[in-house]
Amino acid sequence: MKIKAHQLIESIEFKKLVRTRWTVSFVLLFFLFLNYYGFILIIALKKEWLTQRIGIFGNYGLYAGASVILFSWLLTFFYVLWANRYYDQEVKVLKSKLESENR
Amino acid sequence: MESSLGQPNFISVLFFVLFVILTLGITYWAAKKTKTSSEFYAAGRSITGFQNGLALSGDFMSAASFLGISGMVALKGYDGIIYAVGWLVGWPALMFLLAEPLRNLGKYTFADVLAVRLKQKPIRIVASIGGILVTLTYSIAQIVGSGKLINLMFGLPYELAVLIVGGVMLLYVLFGGMIATTWVQIIKACLLLFGVTLLVILSLAQFGFSLENLFSAVETKFGRTALEPGGFASSPIDSISLGLALMFGLLGLPHILMRFYTVPDAKEARKSVAYATTFIGYFYIIIPIVGFAAAVLIGREQIAGIDKGGNMAAALLAELLGGTPFLGFIAAVAFATILAVVAGLTLAAASTISHDLYFNVFTEGKATESEQISVAKKATVIFSIVSILLGILFKDQNVAFMVGLAFAIAASGNFPALFLSILWRNFSTVGGVFSILIGSVSATLFIIFSPTVWVDVFKFDQAIFPLKNPAIVSMSLAFISAFIFSKLFPDENATAKYESEKVRVYLGIGAE
Repeated sequence: MKIKAHQLIESIEFKKLVRTRWTVSFVLLFFLFLNYYGFILIIALKKEWLTQRIGIFGNYGLYAGASVILFSWLLTFFYVLWANRYYDQEVKVLKSKLESENR
Repeated sequence: MESSLGQPNFISVLFFVLFVILTLGITYWAAKKTKTSSEFYAAGRSITGFQNGLALSGDFMSAASFLGISGMVALKGYDGIIYAVGWLVGWPALMFLLAEPLRNLGKYTFADVLAVRLKQKPIRIVASIGGILVTLTYSIAQIVGSGKLINLMFGLPYELAVLIVGGVMLLYVLFGGMIATTWVQIIKACLLLFGVTLLVILSLAQFGFSLENLFSAVETKFGRTALEPGGFASSPIDSISLGLALMFGLLGLPHILMRFYTVPDAKEARKSVAYATTFIGYFYIIIPIVGFAAAVLIGREQIAGIDKGGNMAAALLAELLGGTPFLGFIAAVAFATILAVVAGLTLAAASTISHDLYFNVFTEGKATESEQISVAKKATVIFSIVSILLGILFKDQNVAFMVGLAFAIAASGNFPALFLSILWRNFSTVGGVFSILIGSVSATLFIIFSPTVWVDVFKFDQAIFPLKNPAIVSMSLAFISAFIFSKLFPDENATAKYESEKVRVYLGIGAE
């Protein structure tokens, strides 16, 4: 059965999609904050954690900088993966329910 | 080592001329395709996610990050790495919060997103103020930096260097619009990534391709402290404030946000951020290696002797490792980098003036296609002339704070309003107007009263505002004023549109 746009946004599926979308976004954002501001706060407050050596000359701090970037990139990658697999699929299903004149 | 830096060398001029000929060729090609306003502002929405990812990287990786961060690592060691990390973390946030809604709601500028629900005239006027403040301060910082840089690298007089940058950039934007600007960014991003990769490979070759060897050489020469955090991030509130400005500033930079309209849909917008994050992340991970290698192989005194800020570290390293040809190539890349960033900024300012102010506010959406293009081109010329003149005026000023200012205004003025207009049902026109105004004005005032300007530029003893970067305070003020003024002056029209806007935000139905 085809429905109109204003009915669609009232539907449970649509509301669930919007809620899931922002839950995913804010959970990922939370990890991003933990990752970056954690790094900065450790430098300001617990410097000795980062000056410990790994290997003979390197230390955790040197690799932590690169890891923060890498982890941020992984979060981005995870979002794209989720959006391509789940979000776009749901959008397609919801769009197909709409009456054509509302497109 | 004798350096040929500072003399116009044949190879660098050759590389630079080749770059300009190639990009002007593209501009000529793009000019034939740029007839409608959608083509001028948004490249006819014909750019793919991959291309836009490269173009976003090109817009974002300025000469300041290439030369500045490698110089900072060379002179100050680890602290440069902390700074480099801050430049990347905005990209994931942009992806999670704004990329898709921005693409689905907007047309040419970020103010379009606000104007979907809020009253056109007031919101576009204040959003334009926020937008132009950001692009102008950012442009001035770039232009002054470029004048000094080209003066150091090629020995050209400052004013001539500024005129060349301004003139070539004007040609791109004026005739080629967004299509030419995008391709200039793509070429520049490729050149920059290639140049830095080559520099890193040649550097590591000196240390047997082992980071341990490089670190050991740094420790032997400068002591353990070069590899450990110094004073840069020692105050937690100051570092978090700078971090907030870097992260959320990206989400309010008009020249970055307008790139999302060059792709056909939200999916491609998402892909562009993924590619951009990849390229930019790679760049900031490898750039410290250039800095450490320069410190070891050239020496801090020699680097600081040529430029106090260390901006010539990468160029000197290139000359040492690859001779004059490689120095020439890196110098040309730096020049191209500045050109491209300034072109992007100018186009963003021109769209704001012509699309937001002229078309939507002044003529209330009644101007014809050709009138819009004509005003956009006039705005381009005027903005270029103003920024060139200001660039020359600020010649001997310390403008390093201006990039910080641009990011602080973007994070406090533009971002909170954009974010709330997408997510908060009761966000009202008055709330939006005050959020942008209070955010931008407080960020500007706090920066003037901060140690970076009040003490370093005006030479007062004590700063009135204690933080180097105000974002933590000014961003909070923007959110609080948005909340208070939306509650005091609710906007029924805006609230009513919130639900119907959703099909467009989340499903992309009705998106242009």
